[in-house]
Amino acid sequence: MTTVTSTARTSATAAPTVAELLSRLGFRPSGPSPAWLTQARHASLGWATARGFPTLKDEDWKYTRLGPLLDVPFERAGDGDGAGRRVSPAMIDALTIDAASTRLVFVNGLFAAELSLLTDLPEGVTVTNLASVLAEGGAGLEPFFSRPFGEYDHAFTAINTVLAEDGAFIQVAADALITAPIELVFLSDAHGPPVMANPRSLILAGPRSRVAVVETYAGTSGGVTCTNAVTQVVLDEGARVEHYKIQDEPDAAFHLALLDVRQGPGSRFSSGSVALGSKIARNEVRVRLEGEGAEAGIDGLYLPRGDQHHDNPILIEHAAPRCTSRQLYKGIVDERGHGVFNGRIIVWPDAPGTDASQTNKNLLLSDHAEVDTRPRLEILTDDVKCAHGAAVGALDEEALFYLRSRGVPYEAARALLTYAFARELLDLIESESLRTHVETLVAGRLSTDSDGTGAHSGD
Amino acid sequence: MMLKIENLHAQIGDNEILRGVNLEVAAGEVHAIMGPNGSGKSTLANVLAGHEAYGITGTVRFEDEDLLALSPEDRAAAGLFLAFQHPVEIPGVGNLYFLRMAFNSVRRRRGLEELDVMGFLALAQERMKLVEMDRSFMSRSVNEGFSGGEKKRNEILQMTILEPKLAILDETDSGLDIDALRIVAGGVNALRRPDRAMIVITHHQRLLDYIVPDRVHVMAGGRIVRSGDKDLALELEEHGYADLGLEVASDRSASVGATP
Repeated sequence: MTTVTSTARTSATAAPTVAELLSRLGFRPSGPSPAWLTQARHASLGWATARGFPTLKDEDWKYTRLGPLLDVPFERAGDGDGAGRRVSPAMIDALTIDAASTRLVFVNGLFAAELSLLTDLPEGVTVTNLASVLAEGGAGLEPFFSRPFGEYDHAFTAINTVLAEDGAFIQVAADALITAPIELVFLSDAHGPPVMANPRSLILAGPRSRVAVVETYAGTSGGVTCTNAVTQVVLDEGARVEHYKIQDEPDAAFHLALLDVRQGPGSRFSSGSVALGSKIARNEVRVRLEGEGAEAGIDGLYLPRGDQHHDNPILIEHAAPRCTSRQLYKGIVDERGHGVFNGRIIVWPDAPGTDASQTNKNLLLSDHAEVDTRPRLEILTDDVKCAHGAAVGALDEEALFYLRSRGVPYEAARALLTYAFARELLDLIESESLRTHVETLVAGRLSTDSDGTGAHSGD
Repeated sequence: MMLKIENLHAQIGDNEILRGVNLEVAAGEVHAIMGPNGSGKSTLANVLAGHEAYGITGTVRFEDEDLLALSPEDRAAAGLFLAFQHPVEIPGVGNLYFLRMAFNSVRRRRGLEELDVMGFLALAQERMKLVEMDRSFMSRSVNEGFSGGEKKRNEILQMTILEPKLAILDETDSGLDIDALRIVAGGVNALRRPDRAMIVITHHQRLLDYIVPDRVHVMAGGRIVRSGDKDLALELEEHGYADLGLEVASDRSASVGATP
């Protein structure tokens, strides 16, 4: 007996293929760029076209439905359609953490020199935009664009390689120290047709150097935008990089990002992130510990509400002996929000003495809030110390009663306890100006401050 | 009458814990409630403070207001305070921040002026002396990592700061050594005033050596089964509950006892 099943798409408007999207975005492979880059773009185009878009069947994409994104007829931000015109200096001021810091601003993926601030930097430190480096041949950058495709790669990172024109370029020479965070601000602004941007940034920390970088993603409301960002970080021996990301794009925006980190011996990388905005946001982090004794601390706070979807796919690869990794992700999910933690630790056979931990905690503030949490450990060697755990819960009713019995109104007590849940992550931020900035953003999101009793930072 | 409880019943699910409590407390009085475990003492305290887990019938009037109609925060503003038997730990909420928030919330609802950080700190430091609390407590999270005695002292500190009209102390003495007991009792006695009343729930007569009650009540099976003056506590200490001829057992344990 044979049953015939139709596999044809039934939706009226079929999602585009990778090739269709790229042709709409105006791929110009023969544009002015180094020959190796043109070659890398072609290779990525070929790979992405053959691979196709991820689907819910892909392990790393099973919680993020791409239909709403692929249904949007995105275009490349062009000259004549007014895209980017609504970004003002006042808007930048509001997003700036420290007015005196080095700041690179990108609008729809392209460098905006007039909104940026370049300050005097120590010798051996380069902070500029990627396009200017590529215009001079981009010596030494080929490996970042021509990496072989691996099992974790997907069409969106490949599309970024095909289309990326600009982004930040930060290079810190051996032993150079920059303590004040360098601020990278990525703004999306669509005035007419929906716009997609593909910023590409590189942070290269030389031996024993130290640098701090904050990426802020925001935008104007009204139009529909998609940010498809890739940031690559390489830490040489003994380098120390502190990275922070603030994702506060408008509610109609789509945000896809990859933070790809490679760590040399004895290097220390810390990354924190807070996700507040976007309709659908996927904030992917991949860290590969390649040198002995490297340490990584990867933290994240996500606060989806309304119909927001915040996905956090994390991959930590222990590929060298005696490395340490720690992850702490917390979700505060309200209304019909959907939070995802999809964390994976792989300990390769040549990584004895690995110490890895992974913790995900979620607070559900409404009956319709949803969380998927999936901490995963794959250990391919002996002699490892690994711990992981996940928790999903509501506010502690007894703590709520305790606060109310002391006169704290219900809404304020809720906000106070919710803020307290996030507090652990905020306390991990080293830079005081950055911590204050993020505390204000989070408190602003959680505050129900109609009578002056909302949650602000504790004493 | 400051507090008037009439025929108060409380249950969780099918389990009826309070079975008709009647109690009157006048301003200036200290009432002690004693009784065996499971007699309903803590439930009575929680119901008065506004815990929402219970199904409740009966009436409670506090300064001629319907107490049961008020939210927990409104009861606090009206002047009710419960020192919890097991104060909850709240990681991430600073003790000083919480205390000032509670203080100003209550002050605002009472129509009084709020205090800024410096003003409040001065007040808190003065009150901390009463319970011999170190300033370092203020920078810690609410009750987090506090010892049993520190938690109880933090409760009394909150009471001295919020200045309630009626304070209910739920086994504030349990788990305290004699020094801590003296400190806690000292804090309570410092608050005794003609316009303030207290209900002291305790297992032990010991506390009543320090906080001398005007009235002593014995609870059993969800009711107040006997009331007297402070000598009743001594009598209980000497003879236990059973020897007083009290109907201490709940219906359930009585029927168990009847089974050979």
